[in-house]
Amino acid sequence: MKELMLTANKIRQDVIEMLVEAGSGHSAGPLGMADVFTALYFNHARINPKKPWDENRDRIVLSNGHICPVWYATLAERGFFPVRELKTLRKINSRLQGHPHARELPGIENSGGPLGQGCNIGVGMALAGKMDKKNWRVYALLSDGELNEGCDWEAFMLAAKYELDNLCFIIDRNNIQIEGPSDKVMPLEPLKKKLESFNLHVIEVNGNDFKQVLNALEKAGKTKGMPTAIIAKTTPGKGVSFMENDYKWHGKPPNKEEAEKALKELRRQRTELL
Amino acid sequence: MILNPKLFEEVEKTPTRDGYGKGVLKAGKTNKNIVVLSADLAESTRSHWFAEAFPKRFIEVGVAEQNMMGAAAGLALSGKIPFVSSYAVFSPGRSWDHLRVAVCYTNANVKIIGAHAGISVGPDGATHQALEDIAITRVLPNLVVEVPCDALEAEKTTLAIIKRKGPCYLRLGREKTPVITTNKTPFKIGKAEVFREGRDVSIIACGSMVYEALLAAQQLAKEGIDCEVVNNHSIKPIDEKTILKTARKTGRVVTAEEHQVFGGMGSAVAEVLAQHPTRIEFVGMLDCFGESGKPSELMAKYKMDSKAIIKAVHKILQ
Repeated sequence: MKELMLTANKIRQDVIEMLVEAGSGHSAGPLGMADVFTALYFNHARINPKKPWDENRDRIVLSNGHICPVWYATLAERGFFPVRELKTLRKINSRLQGHPHARELPGIENSGGPLGQGCNIGVGMALAGKMDKKNWRVYALLSDGELNEGCDWEAFMLAAKYELDNLCFIIDRNNIQIEGPSDKVMPLEPLKKKLESFNLHVIEVNGNDFKQVLNALEKAGKTKGMPTAIIAKTTPGKGVSFMENDYKWHGKPPNKEEAEKALKELRRQRTELL
Repeated sequence: MILNPKLFEEVEKTPTRDGYGKGVLKAGKTNKNIVVLSADLAESTRSHWFAEAFPKRFIEVGVAEQNMMGAAAGLALSGKIPFVSSYAVFSPGRSWDHLRVAVCYTNANVKIIGAHAGISVGPDGATHQALEDIAITRVLPNLVVEVPCDALEAEKTTLAIIKRKGPCYLRLGREKTPVITTNKTPFKIGKAEVFREGRDVSIIACGSMVYEALLAAQQLAKEGIDCEVVNNHSIKPIDEKTILKTARKTGRVVTAEEHQVFGGMGSAVAEVLAQHPTRIEFVGMLDCFGESGKPSELMAKYKMDSKAIIKAVHKILQ
């Protein structure tokens, strides 16, 4: 666990450094989801950075593409591509697009930006896996704000219809979106009941608690006959006190001063962990 | 050019959607990667022939075109060759954002079947008459856009887009239309074919308007006007060479399509001819919506038939 926490801490530092260098991008979501990404790529999922497109790999797709800084940082730290390339985020001639471009980088499974599409793509991948009787699994990472889109619910229905137990949705329930608190923009509650009524196996966890996240992923893998949806309750901006739970950090990067302050906090957390 | 010898007699009529249905069924027998998706319209798109033969490779997504397009991208990224089938008004109509990012930006190997395109859908009315789909597809990078002129060409196109890696859009009609071509008529994606040689005016047409163009040319021949008729089935990639050649030869072009003039096949031809400025007349939908009616009534009222082409030829010769 400590190893995973240290990795997530490093990924958070990468995210801050990338965003301040880019001068634009999203802060809160990537920081909040750093633990889930770490749990998947450094522990649970069957992936191999040396063979990023191995046929038998688990597929991890990101539907809320705007949090891609955390995807890039996780892949780089895991060895999919050089960490130094992270600083090219959002710059000209970079492979690190502002929103992900499928297969432009090793490990980037899907293009995403318009919300909900990754959810649909994930269902398609899981259908292919079932058709070919493959053992690989699909993890589709979504967000709560994204669930305002109708096409996510179309995907849930299809996943349940075809009993895609090789598919696990992970919903970042961080309660913020660009214009404000999620349930003020569009009420989602009772979210768990809604998802259950769509015939999904639903697990609620603290998305910033490795033990809970890994347990849920384990349970999802053992569930037969239906897809799982993990509602990962995360703290947006996690690890940077002045960003935590403030929707204004959804869609902006830190300036130099703020980045320094954030990195100081994250480095202190690292020392405390060691 | 080898065309159906009975072209102007009792010509056989088949809807282009049947050609797709036959083609995908045929290909499905040997290519196990082909998967067909339907949004509750398998029978009318003719995907049901495939569905009946290969139930395990048929996915019914319900009335959900966006999800169908996105799921197809996921299937393609996992090695499948998915066919997304619906009416063109819904797909690529409603599913365009998914087509743009999940399919085209990704360069996913998805084949999009837009059935019931054009005003000839008839009594269903304007909501169901796709007259904009060429415009919204031909602007998308990586996407091939094909509009076959008859059922046989639709079958050939279906087989050809399977061989071509990457996203392809295939536009089909509901109504029975004359089978113009034969098995020997050449077909290649990206290659327009001269179906009738002529000297005075070039009629460049696609889809159901190719037959109307041939009818118009035959009529005009009686008046001593010698028309060249080009089957421009490939909207993208467009055959610049053939278009420039025919325009240089006759110096006058009439385009004909069952689609809005703005942004359609004629506009694509005009973009090519900007390199070689040529007088052009456009036959197509003139910036308005359709209405209910019999296909033939609608084609006449909205001026997308041989008469409209003849009128355009006369105008350009004035």
